[in-house]
Amino acid sequence: MSAAEHRAVAIGASAGAIQALLQILPALPEDYALPVLVVVHVPPGRRSELTTLFAAKCRVHVCEGEDKQPIEPGTVTFAPPDYHMLVEPGGTISLSADEPVYFSRPSIDVLFESAADAYGPGLVGVVLTGANEDGARGLRAVAEAGGVTLVQDPATAYARAMPQAAVAACRKATVLALGGIVEALLAAGTR
Amino acid sequence: MNDGGMDSEKIEDIEIRLLLEALYRRYHYDFRNYAQASIKRRLRQARERQGIKTFSALQDRILHDPAVAARVVRFLTVQVSDFFRDPSYFKAIREKVVPHLKTYPSLKIWIAGCSAGEELHSFAILFREEGLEDRTLFYATDINQEALDAAARGIYPLDRIAAFTENYRLAGGKASLSDYYTTGYGGAVFDKTLRERVVFSDHSLVTDAVFSEMQLISCRNVMIYFDKPLQDRAVGLFRDSLARGGFLGLGSKESLRFSEHAEAFSEFVREEKIYQRRKV
Repeated sequence: MSAAEHRAVAIGASAGAIQALLQILPALPEDYALPVLVVVHVPPGRRSELTTLFAAKCRVHVCEGEDKQPIEPGTVTFAPPDYHMLVEPGGTISLSADEPVYFSRPSIDVLFESAADAYGPGLVGVVLTGANEDGARGLRAVAEAGGVTLVQDPATAYARAMPQAAVAACRKATVLALGGIVEALLAAGTR
Repeated sequence: MNDGGMDSEKIEDIEIRLLLEALYRRYHYDFRNYAQASIKRRLRQARERQGIKTFSALQDRILHDPAVAARVVRFLTVQVSDFFRDPSYFKAIREKVVPHLKTYPSLKIWIAGCSAGEELHSFAILFREEGLEDRTLFYATDINQEALDAAARGIYPLDRIAAFTENYRLAGGKASLSDYYTTGYGGAVFDKTLRERVVFSDHSLVTDAVFSEMQLISCRNVMIYFDKPLQDRAVGLFRDSLARGGFLGLGSKESLRFSEHAEAFSEFVREEKIYQRRKV
């Protein structure tokens, strides 16, 4: 994988998300060449703690997505609580208050499907630990658009249902432990 | 000719453009400047519900069968909200905006994109508790007539009431939400006197003109469905519809930061996305 052909990373995680993301996001260098869009299932509380938590531990810039915000390389953007986060073809964020998908808003599928449309083969989609099936349909859309699909090895996941569903829906996905995912992301987006 | 994966995606985009153009030319519903990613998602769901394989086939049905068009339009415009969604927003309205509103002898308030009336009722309750009700006229607008009808009925499913009640409490409600509704018709029926000073109207932020001189416009999670040029049009409409010093409330993740009309407003309660139209 070379940086030239990759345009963005999309990550979805649910139960056990924080521990898994703490192994991934702080490993990204300050000049990471790709934007990283992240959906974590969080309750619809008003302000998410994720941004504060990860900003303190990451070298890349960390923010919460706002409507019409331009998507920047070297920036981790978390979907805000109680909204779906989508990628517009022009490379900006758009938000939606459409009904939850699998009881979740934000939904991993919604992010992945729109990002697959916008980035096509340039997208790296990553499904991590979780106890539901969100992300499976989205990861298949990433694969169908020619993107790279990575799934956390269910055997190493805090909750295995979500990565298992993702692998079942997307047989070509590369199954890796978190260390392998970090290596793949570094290879995809290091200048 | 190449008909690989990339090109088939592009065909879908062409089809969506044509379908939206057809809806506009035939029925004057204009979704052409909606944010592409979300309108595409809604259209895919609409197509699946109709059991139709391609957008071209859906377009054919829309053009030739007004009933199908009406169903698709309803599906594209339906929106669900909550009573006192984002309680801290309503708390800020109550504590910071209401003191200004109390200085006016009469008030016009516009709930733009009121969907099924959850936010309208929230404002009506808040204004009653703050003693502003008698001097206020509410304008509740939406492009979805079914939603407007639902707003005018004011009946909500009982299973949503617990969440509404908690929001009301967090928003600084002064009584009990149950004071405002009775149960019946399989739901919570909100007191019709809350709607006595409400004008319901079919109004489109996309195609219709300035409304009237308002002291407060609340338009939350509506413009997220618009692209940037259409957002600019809507914000321009709000600017021209607001009295000087009037207030504009947006959704918690919306802002005027990327708007070409940003300079016409100042941040009034920044963290709640409440703006004030500048006086000069």
